[in-house]
Amino acid sequence: MKWRRLIPQVLTYTAVIVLVISTVAPLLWLFIMSISSTPELTAVPLHWIPHQADFSRYGRLLTFAAHSAGEEFILAMRNSLAASFSATAVALLVGIPAAYSFSRMPGKRMKLLYAVLGTYMMPPVALILPLYMVFGALGLLNTVAALTIVYCTILLPFVTWLLKSNFDAVPIEIEEAARIDGVGLFGVLRHVTLPIAKAGLGTAALFAVLLAWDEFFYALLYTNDLRAKTLPVAIADFAAGRATDYGIISAAGILTAVPALVIAFFLQKTLIAGLSAGGVKG
Amino acid sequence: MGLSSRERQAWALLLPLLVIIATVTGYPLINTFRLSFTDASLTGRNVAQHWVGFENYAYVFTDPDFGDAFRRTLYFTFVSVGAEILLGVLVALLLNREFRGRTAVRALLVLPWALPTIVNAMMWRLIYNPEFGSLNALLLQLGLIDSYQSWLGTPGTAMNMVILADVWKNYPLVAIIVLAALQTIPRELYEAASIDGAGPWLKFWKVTFPAILGPLSVALVLRMIEAFKVFDIIYLMTRGGPADSTKSVSFFVYQESFAYLRAGSGASYAVTVTLTSAVMIAAYIMLLRRQSSTA
Repeated sequence: MKWRRLIPQVLTYTAVIVLVISTVAPLLWLFIMSISSTPELTAVPLHWIPHQADFSRYGRLLTFAAHSAGEEFILAMRNSLAASFSATAVALLVGIPAAYSFSRMPGKRMKLLYAVLGTYMMPPVALILPLYMVFGALGLLNTVAALTIVYCTILLPFVTWLLKSNFDAVPIEIEEAARIDGVGLFGVLRHVTLPIAKAGLGTAALFAVLLAWDEFFYALLYTNDLRAKTLPVAIADFAAGRATDYGIISAAGILTAVPALVIAFFLQKTLIAGLSAGGVKG
Repeated sequence: MGLSSRERQAWALLLPLLVIIATVTGYPLINTFRLSFTDASLTGRNVAQHWVGFENYAYVFTDPDFGDAFRRTLYFTFVSVGAEILLGVLVALLLNREFRGRTAVRALLVLPWALPTIVNAMMWRLIYNPEFGSLNALLLQLGLIDSYQSWLGTPGTAMNMVILADVWKNYPLVAIIVLAALQTIPRELYEAASIDGAGPWLKFWKVTFPAILGPLSVALVLRMIEAFKVFDIIYLMTRGGPADSTKSVSFFVYQESFAYLRAGSGASYAVTVTLTSAVMIAAYIMLLRRQSSTA
């Protein structure tokens, strides 16, 4: 009788251990690579644990010196931050009123909302050529402005969709009470709905930053040097370079991942809502 | 006159969104269609474009390289999404059981999902490295291989190794969605099934599966839409090689347009890819609408 209860327990814990190891090991190895010396990383048979933790690569990446890996990394970080935050700001500014309209006055416009969501899921190849030509003609190639514009194609539909379901959850009675007191539409939105939907706004903003931070295809096509190149493009360049310092590539990867992982930590509770709205890039 | 003031307000609030989408998505989309009927090129500024009718499309549908890329992309899509669904459900069932440290393990699962796609690709490329990679070291030290393998340099293994890296990052998403659905199933349903004498297998198909089917199908279609677009991970890990064995349709369009600079034919490939995606997107939207009307 005791065995019958013990066996499922043992199986469960075995499976959990396998799950934890398979999740953590690749990430842990990325970190170990970033603090191991190059001879240790290229040894055969491989030396798994470094004799001495060497954090100097992080120092190099975060020190601004002309024509160094640090310069490239710091400027790419600046470009990534600028593009992510400005695109998120635009998406919120435009997405809030639109989502409110879809939520409170849907009418026949619901089809429009689904069409907007459809554009979000379209493959980027549907847009890359004409956008490239227009940016070229306007002199916007290799600028953060171009990335901000093109990221709106991703963030705006996503934020609108996510916020719409957030506004749906705000009881309409509260708004009606304010309206009877003579508050106009914008007043209700600003002083009643938005404060209640504050958490949802935060979630949408964090998701939007995450999506833009992760974006690679457009950034690869529309930027070519440090004036606008983002972190994912810089990492692809590091990885393609002749340099065989796997440690510095790993360190750059870790530094790029940390902001995303921190955001994900804060998103944990509200993950599901964002995920089913398609808040994920393969 | 026709519009009430409330209708006018509704449209006014939507206006900025509609203007921006029309400009940054609608206009380029229409232009991609237009380009696909021309011989436009991305080289010189003032090279005249000529209307060539369906010539590009005649080429698209007879181009064996594009056909191969299409089949390869379908392979990538079905194998990676299939594995993600299977693993996602299994891990969700595991995480729904009671064990110590469950909350921490659940939190851990968010890490691969949040890892930027390019960092994931770079990480696995280093792990697969043919000369110094840790996968080779691990398998050799365990005695599973007798010499270092070039995982990404061999046409027979490259695609499956890319898929493995993609599955590792994306199955947690499925697991998280399924787990949320599992937690809504009332315990009484399982108890009632037990009283009726149902074993674990029957309980899964009669109680669990119907409850997760909705969210699972959303996750399935969503992942298929994303997998069909695959570009980043292939660009970083293999650049479509070796011998084109990992060249996806997105990579194909990228090369045609931005390496060979053939914008006209590049656009016709892009339209073909977009229309294929559109079928899946339509299916996704139908699913969402059905779920929102039954919810």
